[in-house]
Amino acid sequence: MKKLMLGNAAVARGAYEAGVRVVSSYPGTPSTEITENIVQYNEIYAEWAPNEKVAAEVAIGASIGGARAMSCMKHVGLNVMADPVFTVSYTGVNGGLVFCVADDQGMHSSQNEQDSRHYAEASKIPMLEPSDSAECKEMTKLAYTLSEEYDCPMFLRLSTRVSHSQSIVELEERTGDELKEYKKDPAKYVMMPGNAIKRHVFVEERLRRMEEYAETAPINKIEDNGSKIGIISAGIAYLYAKEALGDKADYLKLGMVYPMPEKLIQDFAAKHDKIYVVEELDPVIETHCKSLGINVIGKEAFTLLGEYTPRMIAKAVLGEDGEEITELTEQIPVRPPVMCAGCPHRGTFYVLKKLGLNVCGDIGCYTLGAVAPLSSIDTTICMGASVSAALGMAKARGDEFAKKTVSVIGDSTFIHSGITGLIDIVYNKGINTVIILDNSITGMTGHQDNPTTGYTIRGEETKQVNLITLCKAVGVENVVVADPFDLKEFERVVKEETAKDEPSVIIAQRPCALLKTVKYTGHCKISDDCKNCKLCMKLGCPAISLKDGKPYIDESQCNGCGLCTGVCPFNCIKKEG
Amino acid sequence: MSHSKNIMIVGVGGQGTLLASRILGNAVIGAGLDVKVSEVHGMSQRGGSVVTYVKYGEKVQSPIVDKGSADIILAFEELEAYRALPYLKKGGRMIVNTQQINPMPVIIGAAEYPENICEKLQKVCDLTTVDAASLAAQAGSIKAVNVVLIGVMATSTDIPYEDWIETIRNTVPPKFVDLNIKAFDLGYNLNK
Repeated sequence: MKKLMLGNAAVARGAYEAGVRVVSSYPGTPSTEITENIVQYNEIYAEWAPNEKVAAEVAIGASIGGARAMSCMKHVGLNVMADPVFTVSYTGVNGGLVFCVADDQGMHSSQNEQDSRHYAEASKIPMLEPSDSAECKEMTKLAYTLSEEYDCPMFLRLSTRVSHSQSIVELEERTGDELKEYKKDPAKYVMMPGNAIKRHVFVEERLRRMEEYAETAPINKIEDNGSKIGIISAGIAYLYAKEALGDKADYLKLGMVYPMPEKLIQDFAAKHDKIYVVEELDPVIETHCKSLGINVIGKEAFTLLGEYTPRMIAKAVLGEDGEEITELTEQIPVRPPVMCAGCPHRGTFYVLKKLGLNVCGDIGCYTLGAVAPLSSIDTTICMGASVSAALGMAKARGDEFAKKTVSVIGDSTFIHSGITGLIDIVYNKGINTVIILDNSITGMTGHQDNPTTGYTIRGEETKQVNLITLCKAVGVENVVVADPFDLKEFERVVKEETAKDEPSVIIAQRPCALLKTVKYTGHCKISDDCKNCKLCMKLGCPAISLKDGKPYIDESQCNGCGLCTGVCPFNCIKKEG
Repeated sequence: MSHSKNIMIVGVGGQGTLLASRILGNAVIGAGLDVKVSEVHGMSQRGGSVVTYVKYGEKVQSPIVDKGSADIILAFEELEAYRALPYLKKGGRMIVNTQQINPMPVIIGAAEYPENICEKLQKVCDLTTVDAASLAAQAGSIKAVNVVLIGVMATSTDIPYEDWIETIRNTVPPKFVDLNIKAFDLGYNLNK
């Protein structure tokens, strides 16, 4: 049966067909839909873990326990899980083990553009890279075969355009899902120096065998069109090159991007006058080719930044200009993402801006609090850094600065890695105020449950981590729950807590406006008595804009959340319906 | 059916462009062609510009549409239509839903919403404008704007009418099938 499938759905299908039994992940664009799609297969245990490190460790445990296992993450999630990854390279596997990592070329939804292929080399774990959905499924299955054959965890590297493109996939049956025998084997699985020294020998030997495999692996393919131009490429960039150059070039497509073959590349190079390496982000294949003494053209012709297009490849290789373009003759306004109408975070940032506080931000929808007109976030680094970086700022600049500074972090992000920063504040006598934006869901990645929602990935009821009890348990005496839409009360709470000489946590509680359980009704309207003070415009609500010089609420955009009614000092905004 | 097509669907996050691209993708696969659909998820979906590409033909390589190479651009919003113009092939067709949504720079007064976009587009491409919201309301729900627009676009493809209807049946929840077919028909018959 043929089906149009998202790359991520095809990875999930591959895992199903390969007999995978356990999947543990933390959501992160563009990887999220792999694990969401796993849920449709009842044969597979699936979970959202509190963070990527825990997810990877659950998958590692499942593998040692004899099951085929998987963990999926975005590129920056791989940083979080790097610790176990480097050591599971030494232990190897029992049941096959695959880590799916999705890079985000072009940073559609990320804070950096790191190239995950460096992790494969650093951890000595082989990495496969598919170009479309059919390959996503096939390479996932191949990864499990190789993982067990070579006693080796495997990486599957994806990217936004592979993960989030749909193409045609042929569905097959599920096979080989029986558990492998569990035998105690401390020499293999207890990585203390005496054992690890021996396993390191194994790792280097395994890598040599994988290099041999790479020479003849069917996923490293040569396409001979009789051209004198040779293209070495992988992943999505290979498809861009094919579209741009067609049969005007020959291709060496590397399905395995680590380790890479030597002889195969040398033979390909020897047959061509000019060799181009076409790869997005870092010159990983290029550096390998140059280490073999091959004079390839790489980053001198192609950028290190962002996504490629067929057009830019045709220009670089053939000097062709491509189709004529109708350029715009005027500057037009950009349309950056905005907080939705009814977003609970809007109230929080309105108050923080009004109070003129320094704000250490974090990763989630609420990062949008940094853009105009709310413009109230000073820093965003990584998951959890809002809490720990605010402590660092306070230690650098003193308690008075700490009283003018808050951390803002989402509920899921707080569980992911904010709680450890909070412990640091308590332990090291910080006086910081942390605002947990509790919107009852993991919002940014599209509504995944998390330990604070009380539901599992399959929507089953489970024990709910209570944020109040949790914060109190680590030693925070001041834990206050406040509604960010009650602007006066929320402002009072923020003022009171930031003034204290001890740590505080404010739980800003109001659910995400996009949740089905949230039902705002009617819409808001500005009366003719409007004094045109434009205070309501400071909310940055997409429903409120200027019309003939005066604020106006677009009913088709307004969901009737009513936040603006509390902002107008002249009571000119009323809810209707 | 031998023609290949590059189609771009543009709009504002939350307008339902993803569903439109999925209906289109599945209608094509029903017609037995190779197809690739490129979507954008994550932060850009929060009220920002969103772009999806649908490419079909005998064999499709990359899932993206380059500048100057879209046969059809289906725009859910006027400014986004204008923004996408450089992607349209010379002589390509632009279908524009006559809705304007102010982006944040316009809302806060840092920029002006461009004037007379449709008139400007008319001069440089084969333009069809649609008041999809009215047609969707006529079909029974304002939310069916995306299916109305798919209906308008369908007349520019070689995909048989029956394949579209079959795809809608298989894509939307059962209780909304009739509404969506009505919305599709209103778009499909617009220029007849």
